[in-house]
Amino acid sequence: MVAAMNWLAQVIAVTSFGIRTLPERRGAAAAAAFGIAGVVAVMVSVLSIAHGVNQTMDKSVSSRNAMVLRSGSDTEMTSGFSNDTAKIVAEAPGIARNEFGPLASPELFVVIDLIKSSSNSDANVPLRGIAQAAYEVRENFQIVEGRKFEWGRNEVIVGSAASREFSGLDVGKSILVGSEPWNIVGVFSTGGGVAEGEIWTDASVLQPAFRRGNFYQSVIVRLNSEDSFTEFKDSLTADPRVNVKVIRESEYYAGQTAILTAVITGLGSLIAVIMGLGAVFGALNTMYATVSARTREIATLRALGFKTSPVLISILMESLLLALIGGTLGGALAYFAFDGFEAATLNWSSFSQIAFSFRVSGSLLIQGIAFAALIGILGGLFPAIRAARLPVATALREL
Amino acid sequence: MKYFSVIWSSLKRKKTRSILTILSILVAFILYGYLSAIRLGFDAGVEVSGVDRLVMQHKVSLIQFLPESYEARIEQVQGVDSAVHGTWFGGIYQKPMNFFSQFPVKVEEYLDMYPEYVISDEHKKAWLETRNGAIAGRTIAERFGWKVGDRIPIQATIWTRKDGNPTWEFNLVGIYDGVDKSTDTTQFFFRYDYFQEARSFGSGNVGWYWIRVDNPDNAAEIAKEVDQLFANSPAETKTQPEAAFMQGFAKQIGDIGFIMTAILGAVFFTILLVAGNSMAQAVRERIQEIAVLKALGFTHTAVLAMVLAESLLLACLGGFAGLAIAWTMITTMGDPTNGSLPVFFLPVKDVVIGVLLAVLTGLAAGILPAIRAQKLQIADGLRR
Amino acid sequence: MADANGNLVEVTGVDKVFHRGSEDIHVLGGLCLKIPEGEFLALMGPSGSGKSTLLNLLAGLDRPTEGSVTISGERIDQLSERRLAGWRARHVGLVFQFYNLMPTLNAARNVELPLLLTHLSRTERKKHVEVALSVVGLNHRHGHYPRQLSGGEQQRVGIARAIVTDPTLLLCDEPTGDLDRKSSDEILDLLQALNQDQGKTIIMVTHDNDAAKRASRIVHMNKGKLTTDAAA
Repeated sequence: MVAAMNWLAQVIAVTSFGIRTLPERRGAAAAAAFGIAGVVAVMVSVLSIAHGVNQTMDKSVSSRNAMVLRSGSDTEMTSGFSNDTAKIVAEAPGIARNEFGPLASPELFVVIDLIKSSSNSDANVPLRGIAQAAYEVRENFQIVEGRKFEWGRNEVIVGSAASREFSGLDVGKSILVGSEPWNIVGVFSTGGGVAEGEIWTDASVLQPAFRRGNFYQSVIVRLNSEDSFTEFKDSLTADPRVNVKVIRESEYYAGQTAILTAVITGLGSLIAVIMGLGAVFGALNTMYATVSARTREIATLRALGFKTSPVLISILMESLLLALIGGTLGGALAYFAFDGFEAATLNWSSFSQIAFSFRVSGSLLIQGIAFAALIGILGGLFPAIRAARLPVATALREL
Repeated sequence: MKYFSVIWSSLKRKKTRSILTILSILVAFILYGYLSAIRLGFDAGVEVSGVDRLVMQHKVSLIQFLPESYEARIEQVQGVDSAVHGTWFGGIYQKPMNFFSQFPVKVEEYLDMYPEYVISDEHKKAWLETRNGAIAGRTIAERFGWKVGDRIPIQATIWTRKDGNPTWEFNLVGIYDGVDKSTDTTQFFFRYDYFQEARSFGSGNVGWYWIRVDNPDNAAEIAKEVDQLFANSPAETKTQPEAAFMQGFAKQIGDIGFIMTAILGAVFFTILLVAGNSMAQAVRERIQEIAVLKALGFTHTAVLAMVLAESLLLACLGGFAGLAIAWTMITTMGDPTNGSLPVFFLPVKDVVIGVLLAVLTGLAAGILPAIRAQKLQIADGLRR
Repeated sequence: MADANGNLVEVTGVDKVFHRGSEDIHVLGGLCLKIPEGEFLALMGPSGSGKSTLLNLLAGLDRPTEGSVTISGERIDQLSERRLAGWRARHVGLVFQFYNLMPTLNAARNVELPLLLTHLSRTERKKHVEVALSVVGLNHRHGHYPRQLSGGEQQRVGIARAIVTDPTLLLCDEPTGDLDRKSSDEILDLLQALNQDQGKTIIMVTHDNDAAKRASRIVHMNKGKLTTDAAA
């Protein structure tokens, strides 16, 4: 016990010597810390894109919702079936009902060319035709400006993210669908999620405008409960009159961005690892310099009877400290620059824009700082070993 | 060059430090090479598009169809050499992650429109003779290990078949190569007549048109003229140069160029710190030697040049090696997204920029320490 | 290239002023000194007497605040920094107390350093280096690095570096200050030989009476002034 306390006292003493002399080596120390800050900032920023996309997807889903597509299609964009099919789906068991009937919204999903504000270039903005039940199916729907569109008229409401990301989507203005202008009468929110990047209108006026006939691309249904899914799915799968695919909303949206998030996460990690390697070299440089600057001091301490391990640990601690400062700095930089940063990108599978916000979450920050710590430990390890192995006699004679 | 051995020997003074610095620069340049290739992959369409080609799509969006009958009308416009249509098939091979593009096209007209796709006469003949024949680009064929004669099943997502079969089966009759490495060889083409006959809906509709003009200088006017031709029709059109079309497409994803530049900015900032710090240390511990050099008759400028040269040497050793490794990795290992990028190579232009970047890194990292060495007074340096 | 009176070096009324705070410190008080060609001069005096400052002025490493320094008929105190560097390369060979060899260069490369400032070809440089190393008797160690050499050997490399350009003047700052008796004697033998056999003009700052005795003239300094001047 006494030995352990003594050892700890040694560690603290040697470490504090080192840290007190840090200001003398501020150039090298700052280079290492800022280098690590750069790595963490890039890593956290890139990963916050994937994080933001995933979060948007998560907010889009309700565990009580299911989607029906034509069998074989993966997205609403490529799906398609007749009104008859939509009717059969709406009558399937397991769907919740209200006074007007089943909570099933047969929908149309197309894109129109609008201008993205940030790049001033064309973007495929999703335009969704909905039915009455749509408002009940989306739990958090609310109008934040203006009013809902009137059924049967050439009116649209736009999601709040869409109205920010794309130009010309303000209440009172109009968009060109086909050859006619359609009025924008309201802005809606769904409490986050993909829908906020969409434009909504009455499916029955959208059908002729896009010459789709009496045709839908998906039916979105609200189930009695989460557990009704199997009942609902099985009944439709077994029904010979329809050829559809039934999936949970969560599964659908996870699939929508699987490629996108995989690419971003993959690239982000690759970049972080390569940059991290560079930062390890930088940290090693700094810590070797530290060891050689402290050679005499370390040798003196050793000559006075300090043990090897406190010396080793003190170098590691110093490196770790620099790394943590750098990591925190980088994380903070990423947080202030990008958290909540709004953007839109092309969703490959549905060929349409999805609006989302970068999300620098706590767990991402922790990941970044943990990565910084790893860099610090790797960067301090070999120099620490060198310091510990320093032959005391020769080191004392040195400069 | 007689100073080279002196400069070289200074790098050997602290071998560990020099090696670590070189390695960190090397790593930065590997990243630079990789990101350059990735950016090119996203932008590829723009680089490979033909100056004499236009793309005509439905005015509302690309997903709206155009009638097949437009082709003849476009070709009557003065200055139009030929027009051929394309349609997005969007099928899935085995699993959704195996993404690549498939188009039904008219064989001869299409190959004529895209001379950069090189295919042997034998394969072309086979394609003309095989109704469900298809050709694939070299990259995509290698990715999935396809050989001529293979049957390629592709699951429909949009284009269901009349016969209700969810899968389209194609007979791979040929593989095309690119005229150079900037050609997209990740695409898959099959015959339009087969498509037209077997699809369950949309008969007579196509996705868009490629239009070749006689003289690229008139492209803008012709685009306008073609659009006027279909104005006020049920399917109005929007025609633009292929490069603009492709660029618009790339921009839909986001400003890739900006993102890459921002990342590289952070990378080089980091590297500059590492290398600059390393050079500063090198000069700091050498004050006395620098004073001795000056005492021996080396001028201030000569000393400045020697420190800069040392820094340049570090940066160029790391930078060139990094570029070489990046080039080798890109060439041999290929696309990190596993084939999602239409082209993936390190263009000469980016190598040249990389070389310049290495030189700049060296100068920037060395300049402050070099000035310090230049300003050093001999008496002060010797007194230490 | 001595003047009409046979003097290679002529120092007239030099002073060097250093500023310390608001105080001006005059290190040399209007000092005058003439050194004929072919002389081996020992400059002695306590620390702070100004002997190193004087040596720096003679070497063109520093400029006087007042007075003139003429060497081989050239007013080196009036040369620009750039020309002064060139002048040093041609006319001065410097030997330091702590040798000041480049640790990263081997003996031959160290000796070659000043030759890099000349227009000599690679083979010519090599020849000069060989000659200089053989003069100091270290030909067999040309590939060794400073840390592989003893102090005496390092100083001999230092001397070889100083004479390789065949300078007008050899300036030695405590050349034996860091050496044991035996090595010191060897170095002093070498300097003496250079002076007597090759006619090199040598100015040596030293603390050591034994060393000073090897010179042909001894000059004592104190507080920036010459106190005694006597032939050894």
